[in-house]
Amino acid sequence: MQQFLNLTLNGITIGFIYAAFALCLVLIFRATRIINFGQGAQAMFTTYIALEVIQRGGSYWLALPIALISGFLLGAFVERVIIRPVETGPEINAVIVTLGIFIGLIALASVVFGNTFEGFVAPFSVRGLTFGDTNINITPNNIYNIVAVLIAMTSLLVLFRFTSLGLQMRASAFGQEVARLLGVRVGRMLTLGWALAGMFGSLAGILIAGGGFISPAFMDGVVVFGFVAAVLGGLDSFIGAVVGGLVLGLTTVYVQGYVGQELQTLAALGILITVLLVKPGGLFSSTVARKV
Amino acid sequence: MTTDSTSGATTPAGAQGSTSNPTPGSRSDSDPKVTAAEGPVRTPGSRLLGSTLVRHTALMLAAYVGIVLLLELVSPFRGSQIGEMAYFVPAVAGLTLLTGLNGQISLGHGALMAVGAYTTAVILEVREDLPFQLVVLIAVIVTSVVGAVVGAAAARLHGPYLAGATLALAVGLPGLALTFEERLGGEQGLRVSPPSSSVNFESFIQGTLGFELSSQKYIAYVGWALALIVLFVLSNLIVSRYGRVWRAVRDDEVAASLAGINLGRARVLAFVVSAACAGVAGAMIAVITRLTAPTTFTIVLSISLLVAIVIGGLGSLVGAIIGSALLVFLRPAVTNLGLDNGLDAAAAANIAPLVYGIVLILVMLLAPRGLVGSIRFAYLTRKAGRQMKAAQQSR
Repeated sequence: MQQFLNLTLNGITIGFIYAAFALCLVLIFRATRIINFGQGAQAMFTTYIALEVIQRGGSYWLALPIALISGFLLGAFVERVIIRPVETGPEINAVIVTLGIFIGLIALASVVFGNTFEGFVAPFSVRGLTFGDTNINITPNNIYNIVAVLIAMTSLLVLFRFTSLGLQMRASAFGQEVARLLGVRVGRMLTLGWALAGMFGSLAGILIAGGGFISPAFMDGVVVFGFVAAVLGGLDSFIGAVVGGLVLGLTTVYVQGYVGQELQTLAALGILITVLLVKPGGLFSSTVARKV
Repeated sequence: MTTDSTSGATTPAGAQGSTSNPTPGSRSDSDPKVTAAEGPVRTPGSRLLGSTLVRHTALMLAAYVGIVLLLELVSPFRGSQIGEMAYFVPAVAGLTLLTGLNGQISLGHGALMAVGAYTTAVILEVREDLPFQLVVLIAVIVTSVVGAVVGAAAARLHGPYLAGATLALAVGLPGLALTFEERLGGEQGLRVSPPSSSVNFESFIQGTLGFELSSQKYIAYVGWALALIVLFVLSNLIVSRYGRVWRAVRDDEVAASLAGINLGRARVLAFVVSAACAGVAGAMIAVITRLTAPTTFTIVLSISLLVAIVIGGLGSLVGAIIGSALLVFLRPAVTNLGLDNGLDAAAAANIAPLVYGIVLILVMLLAPRGLVGSIRFAYLTRKAGRQMKAAQQSR
């Protein structure tokens, strides 16, 4: 029972991070109908930038905004320079290009930062809180992770719901021609969407890294989990991505705790296949049928 | 290897196939009588050459003789690289059939190769006395079965969904080797004892050709024989009824199903054929590298296969061979380049995947048809231009 409780708490924390990562995939998919398989590699790269800042004597709170800004810029660069030319072509071309980003950035990080595991500081204690005699597995750092993701999600929600910029972005995602006729700079909105996704992704990267070790491949599994979470939520819905992230977080942690860590990804694959076969639109799909 | 009937994913070619043959599927292209009856009057010699089956057989035999001779001429290091190509070629050819011809992208082919390799390793560990042909056959069957399961799920997915699902497979499957550590060797992997040549075969080679047969060369002989058989089967499949069906499914699902094609069955079949090729490749990688370990079958392997088909040109078998050659010969070249420029060994080893990434992006942005596709396209454009000019002049 104790183990179950600890695993559940752990799963919720990880689930929030997966949710953040799934959100960036959704953000991009809504705007451009592309799934960015390079998202994890971009996040990994900006986490290394943060590590570099910390190793040169900067504090975590300096490294965090630097990583977020570099994530933003990297996302914008990727969309404007690499993705824009293939946006209208066959969908397989866009997939191949994002895979190129995926493998290229991981290799670049291995060359520049070294292909080893390096420790990454956690901003808060990673020791479980103690209530009376029982020590439960929720650490101040876990709480920080959840709060950080919630703040980021709320700002995204505010941006999309209550600002003119958000409205323009939604319009560009909804119908490019119409939005363009109404004077929205659609190209700019797409770049902004990718940039925001890059920023969100780098937040997820830093949160996952906190208190653990990072290596150039440390986001590989997260890409898969984030993708499955996003598909679970229907790839179109922000709420769906959050719920999908939580489901994935809990599943992977239970599999890790009760079966074996190596089988996490296969469990995620099982969920993915089941969802796509049973309810291809995801748990939160609108009524419109879509071919997966 | 006919490239004239293959094409990149960007140029619709399925339509050509079905217009020149009003009843696709009712006969095979490799039937010489049909070919002769369609064309103008032909001499017996050209009729023989016109037969796809005969042409492909001759090409394969010539290629095999060429490779055996090449293995004698080059240094042992180059020889080992040519041997290495023997496991890339079937895997890349299988993937180009799936992605180029049928439009299904797969990042799981590294994992399918792992299935073939582990099957081979386990069988050779348990029953060393089995003939190697039988071991390869079992590996191919096992991989095909796995491919059928994956393909059945994949047939319902397309584009990014399929890429994501197969990505999960590629990242997740090596975990099985760690879970079943006592059987599959865990992180260290399984050692594989490669098949040795029989004394009869050695003396036959020495007697007829005068070559010394090292065990490395023998494996290369076996590997290339298998690779060429795979190419032979695929090149015939591509120009057959199945090839047309796959292209039709890729180019227009609605039109294909209106023409009576069962989309799901066509896709699963393409996946199974492709998986069988990966099984051959897996069996060969096990005996050539003499080791089957999870570190061999990373996501980088799957993506490097993708790099090979993208460079060569999606759907082209010649492109697959060129792509495999680039994979094998480029990696040591760029690694050495890194070492020469003062990188340490660990960093230099990552130059190759960095180049893969850049190549994937650049090829897709600048020449999405790939090498073979671009050359063909340029040739066809010039030909069409000449014909236009001729037509204008005669008017």
